Amino acid sequence: MGKRTVIPFGPQHPVLPEPIHLDLAIEDERVVEAIPSLGFVHRGLELLVEKMDFQEMVFVAERICGICSFMHGLGCSLGIEEIMGIEVPERARYLRTIWSELSRIHSHLLWLGLAADAAGFESLFTHSWRVREKILDIAEETTGGRVIFGACKVGGTRRDIDGETLVRVLGRMKDIEADYRSIAAVFRDDYSMRHRFSGVGVMSREEARELGAVGPTARGSGIARDTRELGYAAYGGLDFEPVIEDAGDCYARCMVRVREVHQSFDLIRQAAAKIPGGPVEVKVKGFPEGEYFSRLEQPRGEVIYYIRGNGTKFLDRFRVRTPTFANIGPMVKMLAGCELADVPVIVLSIDPCISCAER
Amino acid sequence: MLLLPIVKMTKTVMKSLLGGSACKMYPLRPPTFFGGTRGPVEIDPSKCVLCGLCAKKCPAGAIAVDREGKTWEIDRLKCIVCSLCADICPKKCLVLRNDYTPPVTGETKDVFRIEPVSKEGHQDQGKSKG
Repeated sequence: MGKRTVIPFGPQHPVLPEPIHLDLAIEDERVVEAIPSLGFVHRGLELLVEKMDFQEMVFVAERICGICSFMHGLGCSLGIEEIMGIEVPERARYLRTIWSELSRIHSHLLWLGLAADAAGFESLFTHSWRVREKILDIAEETTGGRVIFGACKVGGTRRDIDGETLVRVLGRMKDIEADYRSIAAVFRDDYSMRHRFSGVGVMSREEARELGAVGPTARGSGIARDTRELGYAAYGGLDFEPVIEDAGDCYARCMVRVREVHQSFDLIRQAAAKIPGGPVEVKVKGFPEGEYFSRLEQPRGEVIYYIRGNGTKFLDRFRVRTPTFANIGPMVKMLAGCELADVPVIVLSIDPCISCAER
Repeated sequence: MLLLPIVKMTKTVMKSLLGGSACKMYPLRPPTFFGGTRGPVEIDPSKCVLCGLCAKKCPAGAIAVDREGKTWEIDRLKCIVCSLCADICPKKCLVLRNDYTPPVTGETKDVFRIEPVSKEGHQDQGKSKG
């Protein structure tokens, strides 16, 4: 056994442009312990509720994350709607589902690109991001924004997708999916991807359950938990099964994301086929009074919104438990005992979003 | 066994070589925007009645309306391009331009002087940067 050394990882590291710091205690080339520290980009967004109209808070919530922004806005809206007893029109629910799934596709494609990059497969990285760009184009065409959609509001959606645009988008999506299929095949079958990710950062099903892993990190360890099954937005009326893999290593987590993109394409098609006509918003009257936990599935896992209103236009408390925060525990567990060279891949495999975790 | 990956690879390589660029080739080709793309806020000073609703509702507090001085001011760096001001404007004098907000090197505040249309139909409007 070698001498114990502590080396820092982050807050600036090539594999992860976001600031998380890990103290890695290593013996020879093996990590014995990883101690995470956060707090480099804390913005105090949760405290802003005390100065901000509850309807404007949706815009702030959207800016918690730069990838799954739409779902943050949705979580905030869902909580406030539930407190105020607002019945959201059916069409708005379906639109929310479509935009949520678009977010999921572009988030997963971004991650897949980064995963290919971490494995040194640069051309696969550019191909993943090329496809992602087409998804961003669809988002821009339907909402007006590439990443910050600004389409969700308390009581419905701020935009509608007309029938002609929907048909055009679905037509384009067919080509994008065919394009994606050829990329997915490389992730699935290529020797170098398999070699880099297989057997790295293994977490058993029991460990994942005990440590409270969420999202693809949990599903990669064989836990069939997907918050979309709760049926928020229009998910209750759509047919889908949680994607699970049993191996529990980085490759399994990668495969969960690869397969979830296919699932998201399918969900968008289903939602577009079932979308009813009618209004997309209802008028919001009064102020929220009461409290609610809203839960929804983001690309990285389950996010929990706690919202408490006091009957005025300012909320009392606003707390977000983001998926990355829940996955830091499992990540530390995976890091203990791994090779130093595998640390970037393991950190990447939980798809960390530090701006989410810090808020 | 070995032949199949090589055939697949050649196909991808040929597609990448001959398929043209996947990039938008900016600035060689002018950028194209979708109809709904949200860009910087523009005001039509002849329609504005200085009601101040946009300033009150702006989530970022980027708009300032001065009724006495008859000015409408926007801080371009604070603006989050959410289009809420354009949606609620009762006179529909605010529109979001259909392109991306241009980059700036310093804080820019665009100040517009709002002058109501006089009886003779002559109007005095101007924009100054401050």
